[in-house]
Parts: sequence; C-alpha cells; structure tokens
Amino acid sequence: MNFSPNSSFLYILAALVILFVLAQSVFFLVRAYRRAEAVGMDMEKLKKTMVSTAVFTIAPAVSILLGVITLSKFLGLPLPWIRLSVVGAITYELPAATSSAAAFGVSISETITDPKIYSAIAWVMTLGILPSVILPPILMKPIQNGLLKLRDKGAGWSDYFMDALFMGMIASFSGMVFAKISQGLSGWIPVFVMLFSAALMLLCGLLIKRYRLAWLENYAISISMIGAMLFAMWISPAILG
Amino acid sequence: MTKKKREERTYIQQTYVDGLAWIWTAAVVLLMVPAAICIYYDSWPGITPVLKGLIGVAPIFWTVGFIEVVTFIPMLGTAGSFLGFVTGNITNLKVPAALNAMQNMDVEPGTEEGELVSTVAIAVCAITTTLIISLGVLLLSQITPILDSPVLKPAFDNILPALFGGLGVVYISKNWKIAVTPMVVMIALFICVPSLAGSVGVLVPVGALISIAAARVLYNKGLLEKKDTKENKR
Repeated sequence: MNFSPNSSFLYILAALVILFVLAQSVFFLVRAYRRAEAVGMDMEKLKKTMVSTAVFTIAPAVSILLGVITLSKFLGLPLPWIRLSVVGAITYELPAATSSAAAFGVSISETITDPKIYSAIAWVMTLGILPSVILPPILMKPIQNGLLKLRDKGAGWSDYFMDALFMGMIASFSGMVFAKISQGLSGWIPVFVMLFSAALMLLCGLLIKRYRLAWLENYAISISMIGAMLFAMWISPAILG
Repeated sequence: MTKKKREERTYIQQTYVDGLAWIWTAAVVLLMVPAAICIYYDSWPGITPVLKGLIGVAPIFWTVGFIEVVTFIPMLGTAGSFLGFVTGNITNLKVPAALNAMQNMDVEPGTEEGELVSTVAIAVCAITTTLIISLGVLLLSQITPILDSPVLKPAFDNILPALFGGLGVVYISKNWKIAVTPMVVMIALFICVPSLAGSVGVLVPVGALISIAAARVLYNKGLLEKKDTKENKR
C-alpha cells in the first residue's frame, strides 16, 4: 500500500482521537458545571471565568498550532495534530521525533516517506509520553490521601503548603527566564517581557481596586500576557536590530 | 456526617471512578494510534529501532512525567488531573489556566469548589485548544504565512515570560514572604547554570521543595500573616 504521512487514513485516525478528547472534556465540563450549580456556587461568576479562560487559552493554543506546523514538515499533519492534542507538548514531541529519526539515520528536515520509520517514530512518541497517562490513576489515591492527612493535622499549614507549591512552580519558570542574560542585552529580552507582563498585571490590579472594574479581574491575565507578547514584537527587533 | 458532606464524597468518588474509566480508555486510544498505522500499512518497525529512539527520550521524559504527576495532582484535583494529563500541555497551559480560574473565583485548591473550578477551566482550555488546532489544520495553507512571519516570531518565542510575569504578580502579592526564597534561589540557579533552562520540568519540584521548606520555617516562626484570599487578591 502506498504510504503518505498526509493520507486520508491518518486524517480519519486523527479525527477519531480528537473526537475522543473533545468527548472527555465535554463530559467533565458538564459534570462539574452541574455540580457547581447544585452546591450553590456563583454561576454568573463561573460563566465569566469560563469565557476568560477561553480567551486566555487562545495565544498559547496558537503557539501549539505553530508546533504542529513545525512537525508537519517532517511528519505530515495528522500525527503532530494527534500528538499535540493528546498528552503531548511541543517541548517533548520534537525531541522524541528527532531521537527516533536519528536512530534510523534520517534528517528531520525531510518529509518521511518510509512507513516503517514513520511507525517507529509514532511508537517512540507514544511510549515516551505514556507515564503521563498511566501514572495519574496509579498515584492519585496515595497523593490525595497524603494531602487529606496534611489537612487533618492543621488547616492553616495545608493552605500555606498549597501556596508554596504554586510558588515553587512559578519561581522555576520565572528563574528560567533569566537563563540567557549572560549573552548580553539580547538575553535580557525575555526578562523585559516578563517585567512588562508583571507591570500590566499590576496596572490591571490598580484599575480593579481604584475604579472598581470587577469585569477586568477575569481578563487581567489575558491582557498582561497578550500585551507582553506585543511588547516582545517591538523590543526584539529594537534590541537585535 | 451531614447531607452536604455525603453528597460531596459521593460526587468525588464518582468522579474518581469515571476518571479512571476515561484515562484507561485514553491509554488504549493512545496505543491504538501507532498500532493502527502498523496494521494498515503493514509497517511494524521491530523492537530495536523503537528502543533506540526511546533511549534518547525515555529517561528524561519518564522522569518529567512522574514529577509532573506528583506535583500537579494536588493542584488540579481529581477530574482536573485526569483531564489535564490526557489533553497534555499541562505545564505551559492547563496548570496556569486552572490557577487563574481558581484565583478569579476565590476558591482554594483541595476543596470541592477548587476541584470544580479547576475541572471547568481545564475542560474549557482543552476544548478551545483542540478547536483552534483543528481550525488551524483545516486552514493551514492560508494561515501558515501569517504564523511563520518574522514579525510574529518574537511574540511566540516569549510566550512563557509573558504568561509567568502576570501570574507571578498574582501569586507573589498573595503572600510575598513565601515567594522571596524560591524566586531568589531559582533565578540564581538559572543565571549560574543557564543550560538548566532545557530541564525546567525537572526543576519544578526542586523549586517547590525550596518553597515549601522556606514557607514551613516562616510558618513555624509565626511570620506568615493570616490567610484571606479576598483581601490579598491582586
């Protein structure tokens, strides 16, 4: 059978996987929404949060789409479409594809035409990411029981514990932004972008408190993120020339 | 036990059972993709090439996978975790979306309300992402020149700093005393060893451990102010 990484068969396969992901998302969305209604949560506020989450998602989703396009030059469209819609992330999929291509001695700058190499890459991409799917059901109960014990010991500390956990993640990513500063002014660009985003968030906070713009609360993170991305489009050529 | 508590326990137990069914099905669906390709094209590659490719990525990504599971399950709750890990892009998209939504709704992770808001946020995020990628795939020839343009490149290159700048302000202002030590240590670490930027996933639990240890010291000394998310918000 003639192989093409953009064949109808692969598109059908991709569409089925995408439908599965959508079905799972809709299932949990409807369930949580109904439960939120039943326990008397502020549904108007929840609806606004849903809209703001969708808005917030657009820029990162376009960035993921760019990852699909990058990989499509090598693997065709359907496989990257599947891999970046289920479990994957561009930070993982590109090294996985590169590693398997290297095992066959092929370059990722050319489109794959050999079905055996294509299949091997598909297996490596899948098996490499599998722990992210099989570990949550195995580790969920022990982790949650540990948290329950922590809560029982003292409500005060468990709240600070969660704050500290979040802060650890934010500190790691914020620290990473400084990794290139030894390269000179160009290495400071990500730092300037992060500071600009922080400044926009502070400005939003000020406007919310000073002028009681409650609606802005839902969009502050999107505004600071998109504003900082626009700032990056200005400052990068200004510094790099 | 009160009726509300009983209902809450039933909801969470049912969520866990449903979540198990969905995630194990997802694992099968995931494995069916390469299997279907091999069957349809009669192109089984053999174990050796797959192992060769896997050796290059598995040690790092299996470790990162384990670390992500242990770190993010407490943040995302039952349904949020089951959904987030299946739909992927967890660190750069699902976790920030859930944190932001919980912050907007003034709910704490680990509570039933936190679990519900986290689930709703991750589901909305997953649906939006899936639709945008699908639309992008359908309109690929029209949008590729725009997305590939050099003018837009710096914006997408800097998406993480743009995201974590705003998110950082929200969490630092919630409790700046907890933030100081991990921020200083992680910034110093990345400045001293820039090559670690490629392994940021592995360093998240390191940052979390430093942060938890510093917070515990402050808590024991009575230096952390009483929590009130509404007062401290932004």
